[in-house]
Amino acid sequence: MNGSRIGAIVLRQIYLYRGSPQRILPMFAWVAIDILLWGFITRYLNTVAHSGFDFVPQLLGAVLLWDFLTRVMQGVTMAFFEDVWSRNFLNFFAAPLTTSEYLAGLVITGVATSLMGLVVMLGLAWGAFGLSFIGYGAALAPFLMVLFLTGIALGVAATAIVLRLGPASEWLIWPIPSLISPFVGVFYPITVLPSWMQAISKVLPPSYVFEGMRAVVTGKPAPWDQLAIGAGLAVVMLGLACLLFASVYRHAIRTGLIARYSAESVS
Amino acid sequence: MPAPSDAILSVESLAKSFRDLTAVDGISFHVAPGEIVGLVGPNGAGKTSTINMILGVLAPTSGRIEIEGVDLARQRSRALARTNFAAVYAPLPGNLTVEQNLRVFGRLYSVPALAERIEELLASFDLAKYRRTKAGVLSSGEQTRLSLAKAMLNRPRLLLLDEPTASIDPSSARDIRAGIEDFVKAGHCGVLWTSHNMYEVEAVCDRVLFLSRGRILLQGDPKTLPEAHGAASLDDLFVAVAHEALRDERAEQERAS
Repeated sequence: MNGSRIGAIVLRQIYLYRGSPQRILPMFAWVAIDILLWGFITRYLNTVAHSGFDFVPQLLGAVLLWDFLTRVMQGVTMAFFEDVWSRNFLNFFAAPLTTSEYLAGLVITGVATSLMGLVVMLGLAWGAFGLSFIGYGAALAPFLMVLFLTGIALGVAATAIVLRLGPASEWLIWPIPSLISPFVGVFYPITVLPSWMQAISKVLPPSYVFEGMRAVVTGKPAPWDQLAIGAGLAVVMLGLACLLFASVYRHAIRTGLIARYSAESVS
Repeated sequence: MPAPSDAILSVESLAKSFRDLTAVDGISFHVAPGEIVGLVGPNGAGKTSTINMILGVLAPTSGRIEIEGVDLARQRSRALARTNFAAVYAPLPGNLTVEQNLRVFGRLYSVPALAERIEELLASFDLAKYRRTKAGVLSSGEQTRLSLAKAMLNRPRLLLLDEPTASIDPSSARDIRAGIEDFVKAGHCGVLWTSHNMYEVEAVCDRVLFLSRGRILLQGDPKTLPEAHGAASLDDLFVAVAHEALRDERAEQERAS
C-alpha cells in the first residue's frame, strides 16, 4: 500500500469538508438530536419508574454506542458517494491507485468523521445528562473497537452494493443499521428475543458489545471472553466485506462499469 | 508489425467481447517514444474500449498490454504510474478547486516536488488565475486545460487523449495541440490520441490507425495515407472506410438472417 495514494483519497475528503460547511453540520447535528431526545426520555423514565433502575446509562449509553456504529458506517459510505456523485471513478481507477488503498482512504475518512461525532456525543451526554464514560476508562476501548470494525465492515459492504447495483440502490443501504438493530439488543438483553432471533444475534458482533456494556454499567465484571468472540466476528465480517468489494470491483472491470458508472449505466 | 524493443506502448492481439458483441477484435499496435499515434474510427469502432483497456479500467478478454515493458495485467500500479490520460467524458471533480484537484491527483501519482510542478502547469495552461475556482464552474475550454494539466502532472511516458479538443473553440484547440506537441518533444513520451477531427489528426499525428468494428483496417502516415488509397483527404478516407465497414456489417447481418 502506498501512503501518498491513500493520503490523496483522504485529502480529497478534507478539501470537500473544508469547502462546504453544510457537509460538516450533519456530522454533529443528528447525533446531538439523538442524544437530546434519548437523554430526555431516559430522564423522564427515571422519574416515573420506582425500581431504582437507572435508565441513563442503560438507554442513553446504548443510543450513544449505536449512533457511533452507524456514523462509522455512514462516514465510509458518504466518502464513497462523493465519488459516485462526481463520477470520479474513471479518474481514480485509471491512476496507480489499488482497491485496498482506495478503501483505506475511505475508512480513514469514516473513522475521522465518526470520531468527531463521538466527541460531540460524549460531551453532550456528560454535560446535559451526567452520563460519563470516563469512569470506564480504557475498558471502553475494546467495546468501541468492535463497533468500529463492524461499522467499517458495513460501510465497505454498502459501497460494494452501490458499486454493483448503481447509485439508485442508495435506499437499500441506509436502513442496514436499522435492520440489524433488533437482533443486536441495543436496548434490551438478547434473552428477550425468540430463539431464531437469538441465533442471528450470535453472529452479529454488536450483540456482544451491548450485552457486555449492560453488564458493565450494572456493576458486573466485563465479559471479556464474549467481547473477544465479538471482536473475532467483526474481523471476519470486515474480511468478508473487503472480499465482496474486491469481487464487485473485478466484475466492474470485466464489464467496463468503472469507466461508465452512472445511475443509467448500471444493470 | 512487431513492436520495437523501446516501444512505450505495446498492444498485442488485444480483444474484448461483451457477451455476443465483439468490441475489440485482436488488434496489435505500438507507440514509439516521441510518437503521436491517432486512433480514429466511427462511433462504436472500439476506440474508447481500447483506451479503457490500456488505462486498466476494462479487462481484456484476451491479449497483452505493456507500458514501457511493464505488463499491465501483472503489475497494474507500476504500469499506470507511467501513464496518464485526459478524456472529454472524465472531467475532474467539480467540487474541488483547480489547485486542489491538481494536489489530489499529484499525490495519487506520487509526483515529486508537487508544489513546483503544479505552479509550472498552472502557468503553462494559463490556469493560475483560476487556482481557487471550483472546477465545476470553469468553461469547457478551461476544464479541458485542467484535464490536460492533470494528465501531465506525473510527466507520463504514455499519454492517452480521448478527443481532448472535442468541446473547445478552434483557437484554444490549436494552442492545446501545440502544448501537447511541445510536451511530447521535451519528454520524448508517446501519445495515443483519438479524435473525430481529421484535420487535427493530420496536423498532429505521426501515424494513424483506422479502427472499424474492433479491427485495424488501415494504418500509416496521415499525410500520405489518403493518396495511397485514392482519397482526396483524410476526411474522405475516413468516410469511405466507415461506409465500407457499414456495408460489410449489413451484408453480414443479411447472411446471418
